[in-house]
Amino acid sequence: MKEFLSFTKKEFRHIFRDRRTILIVLVMPVVQIILFGFAISTEINNVRIDIVGDMTDPTVRKLVQRIDNNGYLEVKGIFTGTDVISERFRRNESDMAVCFEDDFDKKLDKKGSATVKLIGDGSDPNSAQIIANYVTGVISSGTGDGKKETTAGSPLPVKYMYNPSMLSSYNFVPGVMGLILTLICSMMTAISIVKEKEFGTMELLLVSPVKPIWIIISKAVPYFVLSTINLVTILLLSRFVMHVPINGSLLLLSAVSLTFILTSLGIGLLISVISSTQKTALLISGMGLTMPTMIFSGIIFPCESMPEILQWFSDIIPAKWYIIMVKKIMIEGAGFSFMIKEYTILLLMTLLLLGTSIRLFKKRL
Amino acid sequence: MTGENGNIIEINGLTKRFGSFTAVDNISFHVRKGEIFGFLGANGAGKTTAMKILCGLSLPTSGEGTVNGFSINGEQEQIKRHIGYMSQKFSLYPDLKVWENIRLFGGIYGLGFKELRKKCVSIPESLGMEDYADKSVSSLPLGWKQKLAFSIAMIHNPEIVFLDEPTGGVDPETRRMFWEMICGAAENGTTVFVTTHYMDEAEYCDRVSIMVDGRIADIGSPEELKGRYGEPDMDSVFRKLATKAKRF
Repeated sequence: MKEFLSFTKKEFRHIFRDRRTILIVLVMPVVQIILFGFAISTEINNVRIDIVGDMTDPTVRKLVQRIDNNGYLEVKGIFTGTDVISERFRRNESDMAVCFEDDFDKKLDKKGSATVKLIGDGSDPNSAQIIANYVTGVISSGTGDGKKETTAGSPLPVKYMYNPSMLSSYNFVPGVMGLILTLICSMMTAISIVKEKEFGTMELLLVSPVKPIWIIISKAVPYFVLSTINLVTILLLSRFVMHVPINGSLLLLSAVSLTFILTSLGIGLLISVISSTQKTALLISGMGLTMPTMIFSGIIFPCESMPEILQWFSDIIPAKWYIIMVKKIMIEGAGFSFMIKEYTILLLMTLLLLGTSIRLFKKRL
Repeated sequence: MTGENGNIIEINGLTKRFGSFTAVDNISFHVRKGEIFGFLGANGAGKTTAMKILCGLSLPTSGEGTVNGFSINGEQEQIKRHIGYMSQKFSLYPDLKVWENIRLFGGIYGLGFKELRKKCVSIPESLGMEDYADKSVSSLPLGWKQKLAFSIAMIHNPEIVFLDEPTGGVDPETRRMFWEMICGAAENGTTVFVTTHYMDEAEYCDRVSIMVDGRIADIGSPEELKGRYGEPDMDSVFRKLATKAKRF
């Protein structure tokens, strides 16, 4: 026990002596939350709309007014032909053009329908799609409540139960939690173990009477403490700055996070066994862990819209299951009985990872 | 703890294979208590592999032996408690202070709190670096680091200390001072098991063994070996034996 204590003390000293690293580790979650919260936003805002059509037409005028009155949309220019549109896009003066056909009001009167065409700058397909959907909604509700019914009919009322105002922070806060824990626990643990191998101090520890398992545990303790601090920081920030609620039990959230920290430590240990230099460890955890976690855990791209084979691949990313559970607990306020499947998968992964890496660790050294 | 004949290390038929490669091929030797035993051999001759087995870091494929009375085939934990080890690479934590390194390794070897505090003062003092006790190890010159590493390897008064090329990359003056420390430890009854590439250092040893291709080519005191091969110094003896190597 005394051996273990002096060893853990040493690990803490390593971390606190390296001020730059400790600063990065403590500040990173804050930066990530702020980045994801304010910079990377999937909501639409300040969309610039151009109008092409006859402004003397009463229905067109009414629709344009409706667009202009909408808080998210802003009418930038009114033209009579579509030929200027592409230049407007290239100059980055407009995001979407709404084109009304000639004699809009008359056709709507006579045939009961008239055509509106949307032209979007598709160079960013994601935002173009979101804008198009939004504008379509605005226009169809506009034609619907006039004197005539359009063929589209009135739009269906949609209510989002757990995120009524559709805030993207509800999605990325759990995502950042998974990402940060993966980064700290896996990458930092792997590097701190590989560092000892590289400097040759590992040999010195192995000839000492300290058992290898205690070496591993004492390596893990400081990073465990650090990630707990990070977890608390993220939760406080998301609750009080991002206004993401914590609807479920904090205890369950902690228990799930604890399991995920163990998973990440297992991955870190596995990386440290495979790699013999810090550079390799950094590369493996950067490219082989952080990148797939960002892409496949559903933080940015929804797993459901991936090709089937990539969906299978996303299933082996532990962070995915953790993030699903965090969402359920924080946003939906669900209890443990709603996440038995996810938890079982994560737990099995953890046991497998820890078991394999500890066995390999003993064998290799 | 020594055998009835005063040998602290007894090795019989030690063999270590990695797949089809035999790194250590059926070697037998013994080391007497309190002597300085030089373990020589060219790079790749199997020295480090053999030494790892003696330190309890790996198991032999076949053969048996005892280190300090404990079997190398199952009593690794006890062996580790009674030996000191200083590695080829410089092996203290460069980002930790001198006293923190002392406290860490003292702690690992189970020294009490009072004893640790005493060591934190007495070790820098005995090395003449009191002013550096609160400096990080990375700021020390290499020779000082090596001397500190040796003192720390001796922190728990081990019966045997294993030194794996302890003087690599150190200037001649520091090497001489380092060997004074080794001789001092041997006079105090600690057995020293040392590998080196410097043949002038081999002359300081009480007995040396020369490994070639995983076997011990010869063993004896430097005087005996020089007489046997009719050479004036250990350097020539070593060259005579090592050039017979077929492995590389």
